[in-house]
Amino acid sequence: MPMITFVEPDGTLREVPALAGESLMAAATRANVAGIIGECGGSAMCATCHCYLVSGDLPAPGPLEAETIEFVAQNTRPESRLTCQITATEALEGLVLQVAPR
Amino acid sequence: MNGVVILGAGHAGSQLAVSLRAEGYGGPVTLIDASDALPYHKPPLSKTFLMDPEARPQPLRAAQAYEAAGVMRLTGRVDAIDPAARTVTLAGRLLPYDDLVLATGARNRMLPDLAGAANVHCLRDLADAQRLRDALPGAQRVTVIGGGFIGLETAAALAGTGRSVTVLEAAPRVLARVAAPETSARVEATLAGLGVTLRTGWVGRGWRRESDRVTAIQGDGEEIACDLVLVGIGAEADTALARAAGIACNRGILTDAGLRTGAPHVWAIGDAAETPHWQLDGAAVRIESVQNATDQARHLARQLATGWTEPFRTVPWFWSDIGPLKLQIAGLAARADRRILRDEGARMAVFHLEGDRLVAVETLGSPADHMLARQMLEAGRTPPDGVLLEGPAAIKGWLAAA
Repeated sequence: MPMITFVEPDGTLREVPALAGESLMAAATRANVAGIIGECGGSAMCATCHCYLVSGDLPAPGPLEAETIEFVAQNTRPESRLTCQITATEALEGLVLQVAPR
Repeated sequence: MNGVVILGAGHAGSQLAVSLRAEGYGGPVTLIDASDALPYHKPPLSKTFLMDPEARPQPLRAAQAYEAAGVMRLTGRVDAIDPAARTVTLAGRLLPYDDLVLATGARNRMLPDLAGAANVHCLRDLADAQRLRDALPGAQRVTVIGGGFIGLETAAALAGTGRSVTVLEAAPRVLARVAAPETSARVEATLAGLGVTLRTGWVGRGWRRESDRVTAIQGDGEEIACDLVLVGIGAEADTALARAAGIACNRGILTDAGLRTGAPHVWAIGDAAETPHWQLDGAAVRIESVQNATDQARHLARQLATGWTEPFRTVPWFWSDIGPLKLQIAGLAARADRRILRDEGARMAVFHLEGDRLVAVETLGSPADHMLARQMLEAGRTPPDGVLLEGPAAIKGWLAAA
C-alpha cells in the first residue's frame, strides 16, 4: 500500500495510503484531503482533482488527461496532473503532489 | 430552528448537504436516505465496480466531510411529507423542517412481465450493482434490453470478459433519443468490434421462462437464449412522496426556475426535478446527470443559505464511457434543426445548431471539443461553420480573438 503525500491548499501535509489499483483521487477523497473533489468520479471530466507533481516519477499523461488539463483545469503548470488518471502502484511510494488552486 | 431536511443522499442530496455549510448556512442540516451506505458515485457502478469483485463503492466524500459540515445523516424510509405542518414522517417519527428538499432521484423502468425473475436485473444503485455483480460468475450469455447509456456501458464492460453479450433495441439505432445518427453509428461499430451482438429494430414477442428464470427472449421467429437479462430502458422520477402530498408533478416534481416546488418551503433538485430550462425558452425538463444534480444542489444551497435568488442556469453536460469510447455531450439538442459533423476517426464532434445558434455538441474521443463547447454555450457564441469544422485549435483561437 503506497503512501502518497498531498500538500493541501493551506500547506498542510497529508500522508495518505492508496490501495493498489485505485486512483490517487479516490485515495485522496477517502482521506478527505482538502481541495480534492473528484466530482466526476474519475472520468477526467471535471478537473477537480488537479494537482502538481512535486516529487516522484509518474508516467506521462495520456491524451485524455493532457487535453482535459489544457482545456478545463485552472492555474495549470507543466507539472499539472489529474489524480483520477493516476493508478496507485507500489512504485508510487513516497510520491508528493500539491493540490492545485482553483 | 429545524433547519433543512434533505430526502435522498445521491449526488444531489450529498452535494447540497455540504454546500449549505460552505455557503454559510447556520441551521441544522439533516440528510435522509433509505440506504446507510456512505453516499457514493453512481457512474462507476456500470463499469469498474461491476468488473472487479473486490471493488468497493467509491464514496462521493469521506464521512469526515459530513461531520465537519455538521450534517446529520439518518437512515430510513420516509413515509410521508406534510408541507402544511412542515414535517416529514421518518419510520413513524415526525421530523419538523424549515425547508425540505426532495432529492429523491429516479427509479428504473422495468418490464412488468420480467419483474421478479431471479436472473433479471436493472442497474441504478449500489444494491442493483451488487446483485448484478454477484450473478455474473454464473452468466455466460447476457442479454441487455435497451440500447441506452446504462445498457451499452454494461454491455461493453461485459464483452471484454469472454461473455456472449447481446443488446436488443427497438429503435433503428442505439442512443436514438439522445445522440445524432453519426454518434450512434460510431458507438455501434465500437461495440461490434468488442464482440457485442447488436439487434436494433428489435420487435419483442415475449420470453421463455423456466420456474423463476427467464431463459430466452423471443423476437419475430427467433429466440435469444440467455443466462442473465439486464433491463436498461430508462428511469422515472421518484415523485411518490411529492404526489401524495399534493405537490404538482409531471414527469418529475415540477419546480420554478429557482427550484421551488408548488408547496412553500419545499424544493426539488436532481433527477427527480422537472425545471424550466433556459435553452428551451423556459420549457420544463427533467435531466438525469451528475452535473445537473450537483449544480442544482450548489445553486439551492446558496439560495437557502443567503437568501440570494436567481434562476438556475447552467450548460448541461454529460458523459458516458462505453468501453474505450468517451462520449461527451454539452447542451440540449432537442430544438436543433441542423448539424455539422467533423469526423477524424478516433476524434469526432457533432455540432447541433438551431438556425445560426449552437445548442449542443456531442464528442467522441475529443475532450478539447467538449470543453470548448461548454465555453461557447455558456457565452452564447457560435463560430462560423468553417471554424467548427477546422478543429479545437481554430475554435479556441476564434473564441479568444472575437
